Amino acid sequence: MDILGTLQKLAMESGFAAFFVTDGGWKNLIMIIFAFVLLYLGIVKKFEPLLLCGIAFGCLLTNLSYFIGMGENALYHPELWEAFLDEASPYYHSYGHVMSNAGLLDFFYIGVKAGIYPSLIFLGVGAMTDFGPLLANPKSLLLGAAAQLGVFVAFLGAVALGFTGPEAASIGIIGGADGPTAIYLTTKLAPQLLGPIAIAAYSYMALIPLIQPPLMKLCTTKEMREVKMEQTREVSKTEKIVFPIVVATFVILLLPSTAPLVGCLMLGNLFRECGVTDRLSDTAQNALMNIVTIFLATSVGATMVAQNFLTGNTIKIIILGLCAFAISTIGGLLIGVVMYYASGKKINPLIGSAGVSAVPMAARVSQDVGRKYNKANFLLMHAMGPNVAGVIGSAIAAGFLLSVFGG
Amino acid sequence: MTDLINISFGAAALTALLGYLVVFFGLVLLMVVVMIMGKIMVAQAAKAKTAAPAAAAEPAAPAPEAPAAPGSAGELKLYDTDPKDAAMIMAIVADTLGKPINELRFISIKEVKEDEV
Repeated sequence: MDILGTLQKLAMESGFAAFFVTDGGWKNLIMIIFAFVLLYLGIVKKFEPLLLCGIAFGCLLTNLSYFIGMGENALYHPELWEAFLDEASPYYHSYGHVMSNAGLLDFFYIGVKAGIYPSLIFLGVGAMTDFGPLLANPKSLLLGAAAQLGVFVAFLGAVALGFTGPEAASIGIIGGADGPTAIYLTTKLAPQLLGPIAIAAYSYMALIPLIQPPLMKLCTTKEMREVKMEQTREVSKTEKIVFPIVVATFVILLLPSTAPLVGCLMLGNLFRECGVTDRLSDTAQNALMNIVTIFLATSVGATMVAQNFLTGNTIKIIILGLCAFAISTIGGLLIGVVMYYASGKKINPLIGSAGVSAVPMAARVSQDVGRKYNKANFLLMHAMGPNVAGVIGSAIAAGFLLSVFGG
Repeated sequence: MTDLINISFGAAALTALLGYLVVFFGLVLLMVVVMIMGKIMVAQAAKAKTAAPAAAAEPAAPAPEAPAAPGSAGELKLYDTDPKDAAMIMAIVADTLGKPINELRFISIKEVKEDEV
């Protein structure tokens, strides 16, 4: 046995050597450091930790195991997915080819690619969401619609920066401030951008308490921020049961492409409200949500392969994402101001910023800023209306973009 | 298809405008549906409410409502105290005294800091 030769072979096959001998191996090193930073932000700074920890670790695993030309031990294989999407490839849309060559994270990623995880997350979100505040004040839906402004402005910005239509649509949806929707749309339209878009969406959602307050101050006067809103009416159980059925029927008929997201959101909500499926509601809210979050986060992180992630496009996406969030917030606030005047100064426009989804973080920000200006102000329940309306609004926006660019 | 992939800025602007309008259209229609649904539910609840006392009045006359205790209204001043904590304190005081809470009058509640004791 040639001991020296074996040791040399082991050394050359190791990841340590791969950093230096493979094409662009040094980029993996940067991505590994980036994964450490994300882990720090998730664990120490508590930025969306349930997702960021998984995403960061997925990124770490991919970049530890995948090097160009040394993919046999990789957990995730970008070239398999490129062939899967390439119409000229014999493996176009062949899950069989993917599965026969897959690493562990490729298997996880099938759930993202097929749109299963985002829909299941929506099932859990539906089971956790109380639509009562929205039913008590249906005008909240206007704020949820207005706060999709950033989606379309960022889409336009992305086109101006040279992205293709489907890529621009995927970047724009960051402004919906809804992680599963962003992942769902990006997987369908521009899977090569999934990593940076998911990172931008979840990072900015975590930064909402920093991004929104200055804009809230900018778009409203002190007098507006001090408005104390009246208590909303009590919503009956029957209304809460009928609501998910009505929304699913109505929205899916209007935009069939929203069916997976809106259908699951409303099914989860029906489990919660109908009173006879408590076990299912509990599973959707807890066990299922947690399991799917693990798979979703790690597989999204796995797509952050150095060669795809370390490009100028990532920086553009991060900037466009921030603009999308800010413009969506402004859109909600401006309609909030219109409603303030239209209602005879009875509506506090601060609830408009909650129209970006990010449930319940955005509603909490409205509450905190409102209380800062009027100690007797409790805006949380009022802001929950636009907040959950934003979830439906971003699903409709995604459905529209999917109908236009989905082919 | 190629047009949508290499979309021009003008076409993108039109798409963006159309998309925003579709979102508004969808949610405004949904708002109308929810409003109608709410009106029907509220009307039904009101109907049920008016029917219930009439049915209850037949077997026996309703008992006269107890007069409200004096001093149950007014302003309560909170100093460094969370409203939830205040509500809990008032409930504990009422329970300890064995008196209904609406017969007690709370003027102010102030958190006493350790260094003030």
